[in-house]
Amino acid sequence: MNIRSLASNWLGFALLTILLVVVFPALLDDFRLNLVGKYLSFGFVVLGLVLCWGYTGILSLGQGIFFGLGGYCIAMFLKLEASTPEATKIQSTPGIPDFMDWNQLTELPFFWQPFHSFGFTVFAIMAVPAAIAFILAYAMFKRRVGGVYFAIITQAVTAVLTILIIGQQGYTGGINGITDLRTLLGWDIRTDGAHNILYFVCVALLLVCILIGRFILKSKLGRILVAIRDKEERVRFSGYDVANFKTFVFCAAAALAGIGGAMFTLQVGFMSPTIIGIVPSIEMVIFCALGGRLSLIGALLGALIVNAAKTTFSEMFPELWLFAMGGLFIGVTLFFPKGLAGLVDDYVRPWLVKVLFGGGAKPTDRPAPTPAE
Amino acid sequence: MASDDINEKTGLTSPLRRQLLKGMAAVPAMAAFGGAARSSFAADGVNTTGLAVTDTEVTVGILHSVTGTMAISETGSVQAEKLAIEQINAMGGVLGRKIKYIQEDGASDWPTFAEKAKKLLVNDKCASVFGCWTSASRKAVLPVFEQYNGMLYYPTFYEGLEQSKNVIYTGQEATQQIIAGLDWVVKEKGAKTFYLLGSDYIWPRTSNKIARKHIENFQKLEVVGEEYFPLGHTQFNSVINKIKLKKPDVIYAIIVGGSNVAFYKQLKAAGFDLENKQTLLTISVTEDEILGIGGENIVGAYACMKYFQSLDNENNKKFVAAFKEMWGKDIVIGDVTQAAYLGPWLWKATVEKAGSFDIDKVAAASPGIEFTGAPEGYVRIHENHHLWSKTRVGRARTDGQYDVVYETADLVEPNPFPKGYQ
Repeated sequence: MNIRSLASNWLGFALLTILLVVVFPALLDDFRLNLVGKYLSFGFVVLGLVLCWGYTGILSLGQGIFFGLGGYCIAMFLKLEASTPEATKIQSTPGIPDFMDWNQLTELPFFWQPFHSFGFTVFAIMAVPAAIAFILAYAMFKRRVGGVYFAIITQAVTAVLTILIIGQQGYTGGINGITDLRTLLGWDIRTDGAHNILYFVCVALLLVCILIGRFILKSKLGRILVAIRDKEERVRFSGYDVANFKTFVFCAAAALAGIGGAMFTLQVGFMSPTIIGIVPSIEMVIFCALGGRLSLIGALLGALIVNAAKTTFSEMFPELWLFAMGGLFIGVTLFFPKGLAGLVDDYVRPWLVKVLFGGGAKPTDRPAPTPAE
Repeated sequence: MASDDINEKTGLTSPLRRQLLKGMAAVPAMAAFGGAARSSFAADGVNTTGLAVTDTEVTVGILHSVTGTMAISETGSVQAEKLAIEQINAMGGVLGRKIKYIQEDGASDWPTFAEKAKKLLVNDKCASVFGCWTSASRKAVLPVFEQYNGMLYYPTFYEGLEQSKNVIYTGQEATQQIIAGLDWVVKEKGAKTFYLLGSDYIWPRTSNKIARKHIENFQKLEVVGEEYFPLGHTQFNSVINKIKLKKPDVIYAIIVGGSNVAFYKQLKAAGFDLENKQTLLTISVTEDEILGIGGENIVGAYACMKYFQSLDNENNKKFVAAFKEMWGKDIVIGDVTQAAYLGPWLWKATVEKAGSFDIDKVAAASPGIEFTGAPEGYVRIHENHHLWSKTRVGRARTDGQYDVVYETADLVEPNPFPKGYQ
């Protein structure tokens, strides 16, 4: 591999690292940096979507629920830590979370008990979403249900779980969510200093996840995934068990979303059912489509750009900002069907390589992957 | 302070005139009050904590949902707060400073509320924020206000069980709204049995818990049924059949939002005659909800809250006239809208009593603050940061307004942590 193709392959990652580790912390104040951290927590979800939608062709409209499960796992742990008997002594039953007391629960439900343990919680953040994803994916893919049907089912599951969480308010906090989280193992997560540290933790995890994603896509497994996307029957006739591969990638995407949810909860300070329903799930797909579903980095930037636009537009035009968002989505899909990453792949990257290393402009060594349809 | 008295009196007697004449009147008023105040309160003296206060301006925040499912409810609050701010500015502002507001959209999404609250406090250094509607949004922003030491004026009637240095609750907490109404219905209607209904979230559940304790433990009467429905529920036929079987003297309904439309229509279709036969008492249907339900479907029902648009007093007449002048003549004003209107006025009075915009001083000065110009009548801030206010019972008319049939003789004490009701 010559230096040019090496640069072409790693340039994006290098620039992203510089952007997240150096540029943002240097330019943004504490408040804005915390917001970027919040946007980046959606980045984990879109990485998963690139793997399962962009490269394997499994469109999931239910990633919000995995994001939510991860977020609720850490929120349960933090809530238990915040609900010491001293802090809750005005309740009828001290020592249980406040919303349980309001709903006349008198003892901690059994499924909350394991969340006293931090080790279990970290495990659950990835395992619970992956387990739910496994049940769903295994049942569907073994029966060779795919495509639009699978997307509809993920959406139905999202609706069901959201209604369940809102309805069981004594156990989940209902529509309010799990609020007023204070400390993580004694460390106050509400301060600006803590937010800054959490930002860097989030960035580090994200970069690691991108590397893992790249590794998967470059490996033989990655090629099988693309093959499944483009001609599923041929892969099956070649002797591969397609369902297992699809289940694996869907579970991986769910676990990634779970990590994102946990980072969201830590940085925002509470977990709420309003960000796990059908609309947020579809928004996550939009992040991915806008950034480019065939590019890990592109999709991540998509999540950043859409969320930043949301914040900016809504600060500028509090009553009309949704129209601006709609315009952005329509504009990008109309003019850049491969997302912003497609634009970069076709024009910016060759130009940059040329500027940095001289020589004639030549397209990247790797042919641009074709979108699945 | 002398200037306070003048400010209050001129404002309270003539918000409408000020509104109409604001183009002409505001300028001299500013000069008169502003000039006097500016000399006695330099920006650093009244603001030692770096809030957005200059010699001529003070910045506040308005934080409600103007998009999403809650927009329909919260719009009235935004309008009321803007009206109050405009009226206050027309009479010279607060400590001689004009109020400038920054509006943010909570988008009916609780994490967005938290983000915007933080933006208003950390970035914009707002001296106070008027906002939130649902309990969920308040719970989301409360830690932000406590951490960054902001001041929130929260307008909605709510479930209680909360008290914060950083929040003034200008709506009623649950006991204020519930107990007076139940006592009235027992005395006037001779009610013995109750059927409790509610949407399934924290406010109706807590309210019905208080209602049940009051009925069973204090009135020694009977609750014959209690049921909850998910938000947005529209099929009430099965519970209506149960009500038919149990024949309660009073249906006590705390159903919120769009579900109300289906509930009252189905109740009427099932043959319940709220005008002549069946007593129904609600604490969740304001004039705003009746717009959706249709007056003919709910006529005869009783509602218990602190404000009705039809209240017959001078303050209210001026308020309603000014509100319609600013936002259109067909608009209706519900309980929460009026409570939102109180926020800026109470804040102004508190800042002027404290002689400072500092949050700690405003929080400390809040207990005992009075507002005689409230459309609902006189109100006062309690030690616990809720309002002393009268509770009233209104009866729904076909035109979507309420006839006020009862009001408590005295102000009702707010009691967010009621003993014996937990």
